[in-house]
Amino acid sequence: MSVESLFPRLEPLLPKVQKPIQYVGGELNSTVKDWDEATVRWALMYPDAYEVGLPNQGVQILYEILNELPETLAERTYAVWPDLEALMRSEGVPQFTVDGHRPVRAFDVLGVSFATELGYTNLLTALDLAGIPLEAADRTDEDPIVLAGGHAAFNPEPIAGFLDAAVLGDGEQIAIAISEVLREWKAEGSPGGRDELLMRLASTGGVYVPKFYDVEYHQDGRIMRVVPNRDGVPTRVFKHTVMDLDEWPYPKKPLVPLAETVHERFSVEIFRGCTRGCRFCQAGMITRPVRERSITTIGDMVEAGIRESGFSEVGLLSLSSADHSEIAGVTKGLADRYEGGQIGLSLPSTRVDAFNIDLANELSRNGRRSGLTFAPEGGSERMRKVINKMVTEEDLIRTVTTAYSNGWRQVKLYFMCGLPTEEDEDVLGIADLAKKVIKAGRDATGSRDIRCTVSIGGFVPKPHTPFQWAAQCDHETVDRRLRALRDALRSDKEYGRAIGYRYHDGKPSIVEGLLSRGDRRVGKVIRAVWEDGGRFDGWSEHFSFERWMAAAERAFADEPVDVDWYTTRDRDEHEVLPWDHLDAGLDREWLWQDWQDALNTVEVEDCRWTPCYDCGVCPTMGTEIQIGPTGRKLLPLTVI
Amino acid sequence: MQRLRVRYAKRGRLRFTSHRDISRAVERAVRRAGIPVAYSAGFSPHPKISYAGAAPTGVASEAEYLEIGVNRPCDPRRVRDDLDASLPPGLDVLDVVEARDGNLADRLEGSMWELRLPGVDPAEAERAVKEFLAADLVEVERLTKKGMRRFDARQAVRSLAVVEGPGITAGQETVQPCVILRMVVRHETPAVRPDDALMGLRLVAGFAPPSPPAVTRLAQGPLDAMTGEPADPFAFDRAGGDR
Repeated sequence: MSVESLFPRLEPLLPKVQKPIQYVGGELNSTVKDWDEATVRWALMYPDAYEVGLPNQGVQILYEILNELPETLAERTYAVWPDLEALMRSEGVPQFTVDGHRPVRAFDVLGVSFATELGYTNLLTALDLAGIPLEAADRTDEDPIVLAGGHAAFNPEPIAGFLDAAVLGDGEQIAIAISEVLREWKAEGSPGGRDELLMRLASTGGVYVPKFYDVEYHQDGRIMRVVPNRDGVPTRVFKHTVMDLDEWPYPKKPLVPLAETVHERFSVEIFRGCTRGCRFCQAGMITRPVRERSITTIGDMVEAGIRESGFSEVGLLSLSSADHSEIAGVTKGLADRYEGGQIGLSLPSTRVDAFNIDLANELSRNGRRSGLTFAPEGGSERMRKVINKMVTEEDLIRTVTTAYSNGWRQVKLYFMCGLPTEEDEDVLGIADLAKKVIKAGRDATGSRDIRCTVSIGGFVPKPHTPFQWAAQCDHETVDRRLRALRDALRSDKEYGRAIGYRYHDGKPSIVEGLLSRGDRRVGKVIRAVWEDGGRFDGWSEHFSFERWMAAAERAFADEPVDVDWYTTRDRDEHEVLPWDHLDAGLDREWLWQDWQDALNTVEVEDCRWTPCYDCGVCPTMGTEIQIGPTGRKLLPLTVI
Repeated sequence: MQRLRVRYAKRGRLRFTSHRDISRAVERAVRRAGIPVAYSAGFSPHPKISYAGAAPTGVASEAEYLEIGVNRPCDPRRVRDDLDASLPPGLDVLDVVEARDGNLADRLEGSMWELRLPGVDPAEAERAVKEFLAADLVEVERLTKKGMRRFDARQAVRSLAVVEGPGITAGQETVQPCVILRMVVRHETPAVRPDDALMGLRLVAGFAPPSPPAVTRLAQGPLDAMTGEPADPFAFDRAGGDR
């Protein structure tokens, strides 16, 4: 069965919408494979606008890997803006891929990458536009398998009813494995329909199929247990970990869009995982252990990536880039190679205590200075001990002094509000810190042309972290503290004008909290919000707190739970959490102990440099820390 | 510093690029092609590439122009081939010349546009064009960056005619009646664009095509006093001796 391009039907709609270029595809390095020559066909979705979704590394990596398989094809689809959604509905144009403009429903798999829970309503829009039933239970053999991945998939329970399956962790190898299961099943003539296919996937132990698990509840609303409802389904589903990133040097051919996107650069992951142990950080907890990409592979990837893309900026990505064991060699080697070549280097995540003058010099050598952002996260020493962000005030002052005296005029500092045990004074401590930063900059440079921006958002407790048991701070308290901090910054005559203040109010964090730690009952809320017009919840101009609260009230009317129950409630040690059957390798007792340590302001060191403290990941997952130094160097490129 | 003048086309799906999209794509293509583009001095160096009168988003063009400053002399033909190979299909380099004196933008006095209007009766189009040309002044409104502006869409139009024959609308398989309008417009401020002319046709003659037109800029250049059509803006550069 051949599938025709929807483009002739889409094209007349494009002159009527904003930024039509985002819907036409044709990016440099994109691929349109022959439909009939492929057996397994993936539609990969990032459930946000194209400008956010296109640069996503996860989607680009899977797109490239899957298209390298001979019998597999992969195309991409993104959330369409409401202007095009309305036209597609009135003209009967279904959700399409931007590569071949094929209807999403014609694919075998719709793989959706959830970096954040706020994309859930966009998933429903895409399913509905595609003509795929919203509820997995209503789907037939004519519908694709709807498969979730990404960090939010570590607790997919709120969207369990809309998903056929979910995978946890690194996608490279499991995507290939799923493709192989599909290929075999189709080659056998698709025996047993989608149920057998899902069963085959579930029985590998690496794919979570929500409908094969029943959730039982206590009278008071807590979960009693989550159990498989048929034989051959594992009681726990584990995450996937790619070992040896040098064997997976993707993306090799980065997608280069015509449309403007949020990241206009070639990005290389220089390592995965982080064991700094910040207790609020879900990414750090679920991506352990640290696996470095070697300096030479990084050099090769940058060389090929720039040649293939023409980008003028290289982002060295990771959860804490200055922690790479050979970061000095990487930055110096790259700065040497591209000296005078108008190629900028940036480290998007840099720890205060790992930044130093050499790094500062390499990053600014070619004359470009991208902004410097540091994240102390907590405003007081006590708070930083609670969250295990072991950054002292002295570290911060020393680091910003280095930055200012090396030519940076502006430093951005990132904080969170509403952390466990937080008091007003912890947040007001941010104002003191910011003033000291400005003073240090003025002293170091003798100039008053020094600025810093304080950026602060509400903390959301996340699954698989020590704070998974914590009560989320209510939005009234968060907003009160944010206002108090603003007043403290603005009222200062000496420093106030040199300090910028950006904040996100507390209400969206409550919705994020509901979706992060929710269970299957939250699905009704998501659907009700979507039916009421909820779209693009990550965008403040589209987000409506009132709509979420009204939908929750209706959906929970007959349940013993409400939004507060999911968000601002403390959990005790033995409460069954909705994601307890989904295993990131973290030992539950260690997580609880770490939560107790947080309350007692006890810090934990990084296991890269101190003995193992038994978080459980390496023995459970059969993984190990992979770090350098390799001792190798980046040699100059031969002149072309 | 050598300056290279480039004529390029914006075709098919890529007509939905904005001028900002194009400038990013050109900068990257220049880098991929290894063209030794010069950079501005200063804190945040920018490649020396300038654009003249870009066609609106959604409008195709056979005649867009830009100028690149390079650090060392380049063979224009080689730049044409390398840059074309580095740009995505649909952004196609047609011609490259080495610049002589004078400002390229000043030479782009007017444009020839083609408007394909599916589902329109040719006789009705003829009548509307006649009424439009008979008017001295056709005031239209458009939302600009400075807010809603009223301006005359008639005087800038040097010629406007219905080109005979039904056609096939781009990308659509069914043959349906299609009128082709061709017009030459002098560049003025505010610029009179094809959709302004269409609005003018609606205002003077109630001419309302059922679907949006497929518009293409066919040529841009100095307006020839004899023919009234845009001539080759590179003629002067080429006369300086093509290598």
